[in-house]
Amino acid sequence: MPKRTDIKSVLVIGSGPIVIGQACEFDYSGTQACRVLKAEGLRVILVNSNPATIMTDPEFADATYVEPITPEFVEKVIAKERPDAILPTLGGQTALNTATALHENGVLEKYGVEMIGASFDAIHRGENREKFNAIVEKVGGEVARSFVCHSMDEVEKATVTLGYPVVVRPSFTMGGLGSGIAYDESDLHRIAGAGLAASPTTEVLIEESIIGWKEYELEVMRDKADNVVIICSIENLDPMGVHTGDSITVAPSMTLTDREYQRLRDLAIGIIREVGVDTGGCNIQYAVNPADGRVIVIEMNPRVSRSSALASKATGYPIAKIAAKVAVGYTLDEIANDITQETAASFEPTLDYVVVKVPRFAFEKFPTADPTLTTHMKSVGEAMAIGRNFTEALNKALRSLENKAAPFTWVGDPGDKTTLLEQIAVPHDGRLQKVMQAVRAGATPEEIFDATKIDPWFVDQLFLIDEIAQQVAAADALDATTLRLAKRHGLSDAQIAGLRSTSTGGLTEADVRGARYDLGVRPVYKTVDTCAAEFAARTPYHYSSYDEETEVASREKPAVLILGSGPNRIGQGIEFDYSCVHASLELSKAGYETVMVNCNPETVSTDYDTSDRLYFEPLTLEDVLEVYEAEKAAGPIAGVIATLGGQTPLGLAQGLQDAGVPIVGTSPEAIELAEERGAFGRVLAEAGLIAPKHGTAVSFDDARTIAHEIGYPVLVRPSYVLGGRGMQIVYDDQALQSYIEAATEISPDRPVLVDRFIDDAVEIDVDALYDGTDLFLGGVMEHIEEAGIHSGDSSCALPPITLGAAEIERIREATEGIAKGVGVRGLINIQFALGADVLYVLEANPRASRTVPFVSKATGTSLAKAAARVMMGETIADLRAAGVLPATGDGGTLPADSPIAVKEAVLPFNRFRTKEGQFVDTVLGPEMKSTGEVMGFDADFGKAFSKAQAAAFGPLPTSGKVFISIANRDKRTMIFPARVLADYGFEILATQGTAEVLRRNGIPSTVIRKHSEGEGPNGERTTVQLILDGEIDVIVNTPNGSASGARIDGYEIRSAAVLSGTPCITTVQGLAAAVQGIAALRQGDIDVRSLQEWAARAERAALASSAETV
Amino acid sequence: MPLHAKNPIRQSALLVLEDGRTFRGESFGAEGETFGEAVFSTGMSGYQETLTDPSYHRQVVVMTAPHVGNTGVNDEDPESRRIWVAGYVVRDPARVPSNWRSKRTLDDELRAQGVVGISGVDTRALTRHLRERGAMRVGISTVETDTEALLARVRASAEMSGAELADEVTTTEAYVVPAQGEKRLTVAALDLGIKEMTPQRMAERGIEVHVLPSTATLDDVLAVRPDGLFYSNGPGDPAATTHQIELLQEALGRQIPYFGICFGNQLFGRALGFGTYKLKYGHRGINQPVMDLTTRKVEVTAHNHGFAVDAPVGTPTETPYGTASVSHVNLNDDCVEGLELRDAEGDLLGFSVQYHPEAAAGPHDAAYLFDRFVQLMTDRRLDTPSPSGSGYSTTEGN
Ligand SMILES: Nc1ncnc2c1ncn2[C@@H]1O[C@H](COP(=O)(O)OP(=O)(O)O)[C@@H](O)[C@H]1O
Ligand SMILES: Nc1ncnc2c1ncn2[C@@H]1O[C@H](COP(=O)(O)OP(=O)(O)O)[C@@H](O)[C@H]1O
Ligand SMILES: [Mg+2]
Ligand SMILES: [Mg+2]
Repeated sequence: MPKRTDIKSVLVIGSGPIVIGQACEFDYSGTQACRVLKAEGLRVILVNSNPATIMTDPEFADATYVEPITPEFVEKVIAKERPDAILPTLGGQTALNTATALHENGVLEKYGVEMIGASFDAIHRGENREKFNAIVEKVGGEVARSFVCHSMDEVEKATVTLGYPVVVRPSFTMGGLGSGIAYDESDLHRIAGAGLAASPTTEVLIEESIIGWKEYELEVMRDKADNVVIICSIENLDPMGVHTGDSITVAPSMTLTDREYQRLRDLAIGIIREVGVDTGGCNIQYAVNPADGRVIVIEMNPRVSRSSALASKATGYPIAKIAAKVAVGYTLDEIANDITQETAASFEPTLDYVVVKVPRFAFEKFPTADPTLTTHMKSVGEAMAIGRNFTEALNKALRSLENKAAPFTWVGDPGDKTTLLEQIAVPHDGRLQKVMQAVRAGATPEEIFDATKIDPWFVDQLFLIDEIAQQVAAADALDATTLRLAKRHGLSDAQIAGLRSTSTGGLTEADVRGARYDLGVRPVYKTVDTCAAEFAARTPYHYSSYDEETEVASREKPAVLILGSGPNRIGQGIEFDYSCVHASLELSKAGYETVMVNCNPETVSTDYDTSDRLYFEPLTLEDVLEVYEAEKAAGPIAGVIATLGGQTPLGLAQGLQDAGVPIVGTSPEAIELAEERGAFGRVLAEAGLIAPKHGTAVSFDDARTIAHEIGYPVLVRPSYVLGGRGMQIVYDDQALQSYIEAATEISPDRPVLVDRFIDDAVEIDVDALYDGTDLFLGGVMEHIEEAGIHSGDSSCALPPITLGAAEIERIREATEGIAKGVGVRGLINIQFALGADVLYVLEANPRASRTVPFVSKATGTSLAKAAARVMMGETIADLRAAGVLPATGDGGTLPADSPIAVKEAVLPFNRFRTKEGQFVDTVLGPEMKSTGEVMGFDADFGKAFSKAQAAAFGPLPTSGKVFISIANRDKRTMIFPARVLADYGFEILATQGTAEVLRRNGIPSTVIRKHSEGEGPNGERTTVQLILDGEIDVIVNTPNGSASGARIDGYEIRSAAVLSGTPCITTVQGLAAAVQGIAALRQGDIDVRSLQEWAARAERAALASSAETV
Repeated sequence: MPLHAKNPIRQSALLVLEDGRTFRGESFGAEGETFGEAVFSTGMSGYQETLTDPSYHRQVVVMTAPHVGNTGVNDEDPESRRIWVAGYVVRDPARVPSNWRSKRTLDDELRAQGVVGISGVDTRALTRHLRERGAMRVGISTVETDTEALLARVRASAEMSGAELADEVTTTEAYVVPAQGEKRLTVAALDLGIKEMTPQRMAERGIEVHVLPSTATLDDVLAVRPDGLFYSNGPGDPAATTHQIELLQEALGRQIPYFGICFGNQLFGRALGFGTYKLKYGHRGINQPVMDLTTRKVEVTAHNHGFAVDAPVGTPTETPYGTASVSHVNLNDDCVEGLELRDAEGDLLGFSVQYHPEAAAGPHDAAYLFDRFVQLMTDRRLDTPSPSGSGYSTTEGN
């Protein structure tokens, strides 16, 4: 049964911005799908608002729409492109929900678009809990007892029948948003209330709790001939009650007999058939009672998911790619297994290694958030590691997290056993490390099991690791046997050094490495081959293990090692993977053998298709050095690229170079020049540039003196960050004192940096390319919010909307001065603050930045590809000649009529609550909090901005009620935009002070009671009540600088906004921009245009102008 | 259940292949020395079923899955009365079993049954070696330290090719597995190394299964008045078998419906005049894609065979017993995975598969074959009424 011939064009929907629960795994799956569909000769139309994705690179689709993924905009694309089919199963819940909406509102029928991958009915059967439960029972499975509720009193009734605790789960949400475990009535009201709000169908499921059961997941694939295969089984180390996304997970399952495993398999096949996912993949989750093996089916996702990305990387079976092929009509037996090339895709992968995935959290960014892990996902990223046994894989995974606290440690006192046992009873970030401390403190396996319900086999593995550690510590000498034993169980050189130091005084990681090299204790590299070596593998997808035989093939071509960026985290995400992938694609075109090193299973870079060779390894000095040595033994090495993967590889550069590794591009010395304050100050002085006045304080008095010298407000940050608490703007001595007391342990070796805070300054972000002679200004981005809001969180526009040619020239000169002074060879990113016509340099990062993909997409020039070639020795002139860069001009000289790109950040506030169930505050500041971004792209700022808003939060309202409550310092700037809104017919509600100002300026408004005032005598509702009742369409609330009462009130307002999903603007610049966006919307319908069309337009313009000049 | 045991003190152990490749590790299970044919199994679950599968008689099994023994040993999952593997090679044996059905550790079970094993070896390297060089003889010793000495004994040990082993594993006494629920049919099942799940799967379908020793004669078979004849899986080289082939030919002559699994497929092949040959390294695992050529559907199946039938795919072959054709093929290497025999009207007379529809361990995709057997027997019974009304009996009718 070959490919369907009736489908000529397919619309693929991406997943939009990176949010918790939906990260770059969907760029990985979407990119695979686009590749496949194009190769099949279909016209591929793509919609994705996320500019940092590989899939939105113009070459991956025939028409690429970087437009909001909303039913409205996707309909515009359909109307314009008239695709035969829509493939919604590869873009996460976003794509699934959008496609469902387009089916329900009749758009798909109207334009005759067929849903492929999964039909509407299948999606519905899979996602609607009632229907799904019925199906499970029909195929002989069991589900947790539950009730579907649409109102709070239905919820209460259900709880009475089930008894506490109960699990609350909304339908049609992703990452467990809005779900939770309720132990009492207040929990119930809080969680179910949020749940009803979160569910697009205001439907929640109140369910019997089975906390503590073993949790499993199966990845299933089915074709139209009803061939079904299980790709992978995944076992959660953290039992039921912790979201899979937040659990440490293991593949394959470790503690099931064949009979129990086959039972899960039979259920999976029965369910996928009944649900009717007939051409694609899905995943099914189970709970198994450790006491008697009773199986309960938790849920299914009728689409490719985060776990399918994990399963693909864990097995080498490319689920999304195969899903796309079966979606267009192939059967599994017709599709070849890429890895063996001689066998078919209609088999079940078998593993001869163990895979461990560990989540990465960002609680340090949200100090007030409750770090307890529960049924809704809180992690922002994950790392995966492969080893020949569990202990090796687990220890590798923990060090892949790049978090000092993650790897097990045997240094220092473990602490009190009883306390530790209490702590590990509640799941939280870092629980496993505490479990290990409890083991050290003498807890028995039974005690650990009783406290955590972690399966006894896993518990024993932790004891095993501890025993190995003890043996290493106790060994008379660090001989080959001892080292092999330690390595066989995954202990790092650093851990071994720690263990030995306790006995034999200081021993460094380098000492251990030295000893290992002398004794020849070195890792080998095995291959992920889907078949446990039954057939020869054709794809060099490797992982290290301390075993006997290595499988690295020798080669002639010179290799370039590209170091990736590790697990996603706030501040370092998909954007960096994007640059690494570009470098890899470009350099293999340029004739190099590209070798990728990374440990993030979600990414495109860890797709075995992306680079010539893939090493799935932790990004630590030890692990990267071993990969380097292995590749050096295999053939010539042209260099190692450490400046594209963000801060992670940057931090490794010096150590690698010291160990003799050739770092290409910007040298570690140059990196130091940019990162070390003193040295950088000199670079600026040379270039005649200035940084904000600053000083380094080693005591509070010291800090105060400096603050007085340079004048308040000041921006303070610990040079050594404690608990992640970062920068803060302080306005007076008292605030300074409380900051220093709260946040930092100040001392000569842990100083605090005090900077003059540049008030009312425009912040400007620059990405540029420098080859030692020429500068290529990639793009100049003007932030919407003022300096003081982290560049990663503020929205920005490219080309800059208010800067003139003169200013851009100043920026170009400043950038060139810094690039030259630092000695950049490749990319540099600089943040400037332009205040009172003075240009301050805030910081320079001599590496690819978060904005490189945005700039590349907005200007149609791939900076990372060009950077890779500059790093390999080509000049900007060469690249202009070779057409990698434009022949003339750059991002600083864009034609007057070029379109405007607006970047908007997406924030995860709706996921975090305080212990009391309050939302964490949503105010933006100098510390980055956003998880992802979208791009709005159109002819003018207003249109582009409104698209960015629609993509990030939903469309701006064009009429209705706006509530305004503004800090005094902002009241002036607020007047004009407020008037415009009034003229547009918005009804303005305001708090007392703001209303005063408005009235004096002749703008009518209604005064609303503050939350702190409470309800009025005649039941007048407060702002917060009004917002919660959904009567406000937009909120404008700028917080007061100092921690005064107003801020508290502001907090209540903003949390109400998050809870009710009302757009909330927290800066006046944001308000001004929104007004322009609303103006654009009022001018009428905003249309969609593909990147390819924009490019064609630019070419025509270029031709025209060159024609004139002739 | 004890949650935690320290590493048992393990002796060092030595593994030497016939071609001289050597691996060192620690003893696992019993101490001592053992020889056999080295084969690898890629199943990630079901080690208990594997160990007790008589088809592994005289074979040293290398597990590609690194962790073995995690779920301990229970009393329900064994496929026969004892462990049959000649030796066991694993990488990381479990120290603590974890499963509510577990009764003892695998290590203890292997010791108790005197099975010599080795742990801590690079099983992937060993597997790749066998894949490239083919299955070969191997020795494992916890007593010998001299590689050359062990190698000499390996080379002196018996070959698998030409070995007739059914008689070594078969039951000595005939026994009956009663039908579950209402009895609908009777089957004579020749035990050439039968797994317990096989009669079980038939019994579930209302079949009374008379399990007979491999030495059973036609009269022994007819004596149970069977509606069908079944040949089980089993160890050894089909080419070295004579008695069971003759018996099968006689049965086919009487048009007794036939179903064969694994060894039973190879003997069916030989009975129909096809040849059999030794695969380079065989199929042993539970993830093998097989296509049913009649429905074109793919089933994921459990395999354990080192030999295969040599029959033409796509072109039927005329035999004295009817028209034979290949019914199933393996999508990995196109090897013959099933045969069927039809009469002139095209009605099914008998069939067999090279893999394991009883699936213990393994996926249940192929369970339909037992229904096919039931269907076959029911159909044939209707159009061959016999005096007793049921079953095929001797001409004398005794
Ligand atoms: N009845 C239950 N009792 C205890 N924990 C549960 C229950 N149902 C789900 N969970 C936990 O909540 C997590 C999320 O539930 P799930 O149905 O998978 O939602 P999502 O769609 O977010 O993946 C699961 O991984 C599981 O650990
Ligand atoms: N002196 C300053 N005046 C005003 N805002 C500043 C100043 N220094 C930093 N910021 C703000 O803080 C943000 C983060 O500071 P930055 O030095 O870029 O740290 P990071 O390394 O986290 O990017 C900047 O984007 C800017 O908005
Ligand atoms: Mg789930
Ligand atoms: Mg910055």
